[in-house]
Amino acid sequence: MVDAKFDVIVVGAGPSGNAAAYTMAKQGLKVLQLERGEYPGSKNVQGAILYANALEQIIPDFREDAPLERHVIEQRSWMLDDTSYVGMHYRSDDFNEEKPNRYTIIRAQFDKWFSGKVREAGATVLCETTVKELIRNDRGRVIGVKTDREDGAVMADMVVLAEGVNGLVGHRSGLRSELKPDTVALAVKEMHFLPREVIESRFNLKGDEGVVIEAMGAVTSGMTGTAFLYTNQESISVGIGCIVSDFQESGETPYGLLERFKNHPAIRPLLEDSEVKEYAAHLIPEGGYKAIPQLYGDGWLIVGDAGQFVNAVHREGSNLAMTTGRVAGETIARLKRRGEDFSAENLAEYRRRLEDSFVMKDLKKYRNIPSFLHKSKHLFDTYPRLLSKAAQTWLRVDGVDKVSKEKEIIGAFRKSRKWSGLLSDAFNLARAWR
Amino acid sequence: MSQMHIVVCIKQVPDSAQIRVHPVTNTIMRQGVPTIINPCDLFSLEEALRWRDRLGGEVTVLTMGPPTAAESLRKALAFGADRAVLLTDRYFAGSDTLATSFALTQAIAKVSDMWGAPDLVFCGKQTIDGDTAQVGPGIASRLGLNQLTYVASIASIDQEAGTIEAERRAEGGVQVLSTRLPALVTMLEGSNEMRRGSMASALAAATAEIVTWSAADAGIEDLTKCGLRGSPTVVKKVFAPLARSEKAEQIAAARRPTDEIAAELMETIFARQPAIESDLMRFASGQ
Amino acid sequence: MSEASAPPAPASGGRASMRKELPEHFKAYKHVWVFVEYEHGQIHPVSLELLGEGRKLADKLNAELAGVLIGADRDQLAAAAATCHEYGADLVYLTVDPIYEQYRNEPFTRAMTELVNTFKPEILLLGATTLGRDLAGSVATTLLTGLTADSTELAIDDERSLAATRPTFGGSLLCTIHTLNYRPQMATVRPRVMPMPTPQPGRSGRIVEHKPDLVEEDIVTKVLRFIPDRQSDTAQLAYADIVVAGGLGLRSAENFQLVKALAEVLGAEHGGSRPLVQKGWITADRQIGQTGKTIRPKLYIAAGISGAIQHRVGVEGADLIVAINIDPNAPIFDFAHVGVVADAVEFLPALTQTFAERLSVNRLAG
Repeated sequence: MVDAKFDVIVVGAGPSGNAAAYTMAKQGLKVLQLERGEYPGSKNVQGAILYANALEQIIPDFREDAPLERHVIEQRSWMLDDTSYVGMHYRSDDFNEEKPNRYTIIRAQFDKWFSGKVREAGATVLCETTVKELIRNDRGRVIGVKTDREDGAVMADMVVLAEGVNGLVGHRSGLRSELKPDTVALAVKEMHFLPREVIESRFNLKGDEGVVIEAMGAVTSGMTGTAFLYTNQESISVGIGCIVSDFQESGETPYGLLERFKNHPAIRPLLEDSEVKEYAAHLIPEGGYKAIPQLYGDGWLIVGDAGQFVNAVHREGSNLAMTTGRVAGETIARLKRRGEDFSAENLAEYRRRLEDSFVMKDLKKYRNIPSFLHKSKHLFDTYPRLLSKAAQTWLRVDGVDKVSKEKEIIGAFRKSRKWSGLLSDAFNLARAWR
Repeated sequence: MSQMHIVVCIKQVPDSAQIRVHPVTNTIMRQGVPTIINPCDLFSLEEALRWRDRLGGEVTVLTMGPPTAAESLRKALAFGADRAVLLTDRYFAGSDTLATSFALTQAIAKVSDMWGAPDLVFCGKQTIDGDTAQVGPGIASRLGLNQLTYVASIASIDQEAGTIEAERRAEGGVQVLSTRLPALVTMLEGSNEMRRGSMASALAAATAEIVTWSAADAGIEDLTKCGLRGSPTVVKKVFAPLARSEKAEQIAAARRPTDEIAAELMETIFARQPAIESDLMRFASGQ
Repeated sequence: MSEASAPPAPASGGRASMRKELPEHFKAYKHVWVFVEYEHGQIHPVSLELLGEGRKLADKLNAELAGVLIGADRDQLAAAAATCHEYGADLVYLTVDPIYEQYRNEPFTRAMTELVNTFKPEILLLGATTLGRDLAGSVATTLLTGLTADSTELAIDDERSLAATRPTFGGSLLCTIHTLNYRPQMATVRPRVMPMPTPQPGRSGRIVEHKPDLVEEDIVTKVLRFIPDRQSDTAQLAYADIVVAGGLGLRSAENFQLVKALAEVLGAEHGGSRPLVQKGWITADRQIGQTGKTIRPKLYIAAGISGAIQHRVGVEGADLIVAINIDPNAPIFDFAHVGVVADAVEFLPALTQTFAERLSVNRLAG
């Protein structure tokens, strides 16, 4: 065991861990952050989208030196069948504002920058150090961590678990149950190099404007999942993911799905002549509100992906990570300032503040979506095909009168799902959405 | 008997596995490529730490590089080195191996003034970005150190007698050499296994002060021997080799039984290089 | 050897256009020298390969090619010198003394630098063996001249300057290096990179002897003994006709057995890419690639190797390159002759079986 003692140990140097460590270090707490990867971000994979609002609450002037790719001015939401898509686009010059709302980023660079800020704020950051388990006193309060280094135990008054979706330390220490395959998705992504001018002309962009494409449908072979394509400065991030239990059932491979997505007639031209630079895979929490574990206890609390803080509907994760990290940091700092101890009773404030914020409010709103999506595979194969067929029927000018076309479209829907099916799908979706 | 002083020269290099060439402009894309301590240097560092642990003394780690090279020095401190020195100055930009060995030699002389002359100087066998293996021999010849390269193991160091005995890999065998200290040693890859720094070393390293020297601080007066000006070699062109004009003949493998693909591959090999088929037949019948 | 000549990249900044005049005293430096590595009674084949290459450079420059022999046994060295003449050397510089019986850095560096300072060559080439690299670094630093290591291609440009090409950035790219204003221009070349030339039996040449004032008492490093490698242990990769190699695509050290199994059936040598050495899956003497062994077999089978430049330059001279890789975009397919997109771990056993069956059929018949 080492002599040094810290106020707080943060396990993990991803967005939630950095947010927490930064907040606390800035308020003068003695923070030790332990990251198992070679450098902060080495174990992280994300599309990636940065939600400026969440970061502004932590580092208001981050735009000055944070590595940002493009600011998003256009969102395309596509429902794909095998050859086509039906989609909704929103593009607005309003997003060309002084402080843009969303950016595409490259995680490795961003995490490195964020970690630099954490160090500047005064925290001690150690990489290549894996926390094996929590150390508790005889009353069960967490008082430190054991790491894989020689003499690797370090003591602290408080431990923040920002260890990501696998949550190994939490699980080993009995704080949370094992990850269930139906509450987590396996996603894979590639980065494709494409010269800036090509990206700009292909996506109709100027300067640092960017596009986000989110897609679902036949590309996931009837499994619950989504795909994405983001424009960076000189590369494109493209990826796809599905619920792990669905992969287990179907026997499909994530890489096979990605290849299919990349070869979809709507996607392939966007990637033409690009050079694949890297390939990565990662797990994403998808359990939503109902899968959130116990978030705090005597001497510990959980932030970020480890707490299942991901909004599956809107694909928001990093903003919830940063927000939970910040709120955790503020809660802990306040307790320290008031000389109060880190008991579960006092830390409950953390959860209360999250309930009052968009974090829990949004997760609660969509708490029934995971089970709905799981039951409604139609959303991923039947409806995309029906919509596509409907759109084509409607748009083809072939001498058939419009009333007949309408009848054909409605008939197709009815034949496929029957009125009872259509109604119950609509009802269930509305209920889950609320 | 005075304590041993061992100097280890390391280099921070880009993790070459991650470097790519831009498909259009042909320039090197180093964006976001993580930097690491040159892998060969770790074997030398570990060897230095082991002998320090055994005989007592200090290990000083030295590197010449940009300001970010301090990261690598901290990693070296986290492994247990006692002191780290960063030699950084814009005058060193563009140094080839001759200019590098000049600068490092001057720095080692300054290190000697401050903390005692080294008994041993370790260098990495070669770097993954330059691969020349010249800086070690360069330092040795400038400092008049006896040189032992490609060392598989150091058998003994006798401080009193001032000698070192080591096994050196040569063509077709191993030379067992003995020479006098001070000496310069480069270790073979795989000659030892790097330790994991203890928590105490790692924490100390996180807050340690890295001694930082400019060319002037290191006592370098003749700047014409540094950087581009001091480099006899000039890189005139950097490029990616073109793909062969005739792409590989692909044997379709999707949805076919593996043994069918294997059979087709074997036939293709024989068809393209009949000599191989006859060689193999002869080999098989000879067995 | 490389099919290079993409447009030059602006990667090294203005320096490429710097062309100072060669200092006056270097203008007298003429001729191409090759250090002939001679140990245990044998010329290392790389020196012969370099004599072949050196001959081409000397012809382009209208200059002479000289070999440099340093050793202890006069008779053996005389025979070696004759061999050098047959391989294209116009003359051989000879340094003979008992102190050179076994290689040591100090005396060899002294001998070499004295020869250079006395006879002034414009180009000096050495094989990039452990001896050659050890010696070249010391000689270049003592002479304060430029040295390009592990060159894969040598040429003379329009301004009579040596252009040495080599991989850089760990093997991702190639670069061409010159030593513009210093002499001699030094370069080391790995074994098997240059083709073995054909000797001209009966070709003769001159011999010039020179010996520096050096005695054993002056030399600090002593060779206590030499332990030769057991023949069965050493890989004979460099001169094998068929080589099978594995890379990270094998996923684990145990799976390397699959490579060995195929090699055994084919009577081939086995090896691997650099990361496997770093992981300890194979020994360093079985590393294939720019910093390992360069090979020129008739058949090279690469399983689970991505094919970075560092590996490419080590195998490009093979007559037939077969690549097995699960990634259809792997760079190895850019220079392989035949490719199979498949999982090496699954495919190798099938390939081994296929060959085994075909060859056993023949054995029974033969």
